[in-house]
Amino acid sequence: MTPIALIPRESLPYLVLPLLVLVALLGMSFSTWLTLTVAGLAMGCMLFLAAIGLTLIFGLMDVLNFAHGGFVTLGAFIVVAVLGTGSLAGLGIAAALGVVALAIALAAGAGAGVGLVFERLLIRRVAGAPLRQILITVGGGIILQQLLIIVFGAEPLPLPRPLALRGSVIIAGAPLERYRLMVCALGLVIYAATHLALNRTRLGLLIRAAVENREMVEALGFRASTLFRLVFAAGTALAAVGGVIFALYAGMVTADLGGEIIILVFIVVIIGGLGSVNGCFLASLLLGLANNYVGFLAPKLALGTDIALMLIVLLWRPRGLLPMDGA
Amino acid sequence: MAAPVPLLELAGMHTHIGRYHILHGVDLAVPEGYVSVLLGRNGAGKTTALRTIMGLWRASQGAIRFAGREIAALPTPAIARLGIAYVPESMGVFTALTVAENFRLADWRGDPAPARLEAVMAAFPVLAEKWRARAGTLSGGQKQMLAIGRAMAAEHRLLIIDEPSKGLAPVMVAQLTEALARLKEGRTTILLVEQNFAMARALGDHVAVMEDGRIVHRGEMATLAADIALQTRLLGLSLASHQ
Repeated sequence: MTPIALIPRESLPYLVLPLLVLVALLGMSFSTWLTLTVAGLAMGCMLFLAAIGLTLIFGLMDVLNFAHGGFVTLGAFIVVAVLGTGSLAGLGIAAALGVVALAIALAAGAGAGVGLVFERLLIRRVAGAPLRQILITVGGGIILQQLLIIVFGAEPLPLPRPLALRGSVIIAGAPLERYRLMVCALGLVIYAATHLALNRTRLGLLIRAAVENREMVEALGFRASTLFRLVFAAGTALAAVGGVIFALYAGMVTADLGGEIIILVFIVVIIGGLGSVNGCFLASLLLGLANNYVGFLAPKLALGTDIALMLIVLLWRPRGLLPMDGA
Repeated sequence: MAAPVPLLELAGMHTHIGRYHILHGVDLAVPEGYVSVLLGRNGAGKTTALRTIMGLWRASQGAIRFAGREIAALPTPAIARLGIAYVPESMGVFTALTVAENFRLADWRGDPAPARLEAVMAAFPVLAEKWRARAGTLSGGQKQMLAIGRAMAAEHRLLIIDEPSKGLAPVMVAQLTEALARLKEGRTTILLVEQNFAMARALGDHVAVMEDGRIVHRGEMATLAADIALQTRLLGLSLASHQ
């Protein structure tokens, strides 16, 4: 029996990540590897924040929300509104983190609020009609983007990061960007919180149960429609939080920000397995790391990394790395 | 047996699914404290009747009364909250959750009462052994026990079970029959859809037979059980089904 045969089949996807990290280490110096790995993990965590809401909403409601990018953009504009265009640049680390936390809280609130209105006005009308859902969410996304342009303008808005979140720290000879370390920490916290909420709380169990069998949840006396509204609002709130983090990373916000990353977000959700939180996290990190490693080792191939990764994963596991029933 | 007060009453219930007219005026009374069995061949409309009672499909015409209250227009969660526990044909077990987690969702009011859980574990000891196992890893029979056990764990006035013996090995069917017989002794009101006549006969007090979306016979189970000719006519049963 080969060593690989000793590993349960459902655990194999979890091995892909350490395998990728180790293989990359063979092709570069340790300090380069460490820098790229942290950069990759940070990118993965940003993608996870933007994608988790999309996968949750799809898993529970069977709604593929093409307007999801609009909520990412909403969060990005909120952080511009909070941080202004540089007046808070001189804040110390604690104050800077405090302001970012405030922006995250406001973005989450705005994302949830706009999400609830969006669900009430658009999503509820097209329950169970996938084609109409696509059309209405694409249309709703355009409206959301145009509303943001009306409020914040069409010109790109600069968003200088507070000084305390710029620069790098040197660890083991490798320069690691402070902001990326912060993003990694935040991504881990949100993943852990989502994981615990879904697995340890009664509400989380109910959401997982409704993902699997909505009808049975209702037959047990629970109101699935209330659950859906809650998850939709949580999903759009998380997208807005993702927008805050992306905007601070990019240092510039335009109304196209959400639209630019939504393709990557969809790739993450598909690779992870539609509806799967664990799959979404794993796929986000894989995509972030693969982009960084390939960008360094073979820059000419970098553009095709995402599609190539999706192709390989889907040929291996057509329902994604960790499909819902196994996550 | 004196005619008891019906806990659930269907009067002229019609159900359409899309453009198909499935139920054509079903009249049925489920008396409190007894086991009522709904029999009929595949496609007779038994499952549709149960789903219509639960509001999972809407009655296009007619009345559904539970404890004297009209429920045909209520949404499914509101119907369940009146005290109707439902075990669908597909069992409705949440396979991604553990057995313990399935039980946490048994009752919408909160975690089920320990005394109720103990009674379930006494009826189905295997569920206690598999308490931490993912429900998806259980055998078909164990899943059925989980589905019925979960329904038993909730406070309810009526238990509706759709074909619990379907696809199960005879030893499992015997075990389920025994557990349901104990529920019957406790005067639980049950509406049971079943194609296994031996199980239906062992449990049922009253019986109704459906054909083409209509009730074509109703009466005491003992009467049907004693009348082989009637069984053959209504259900196409042969002597083999009595073994």
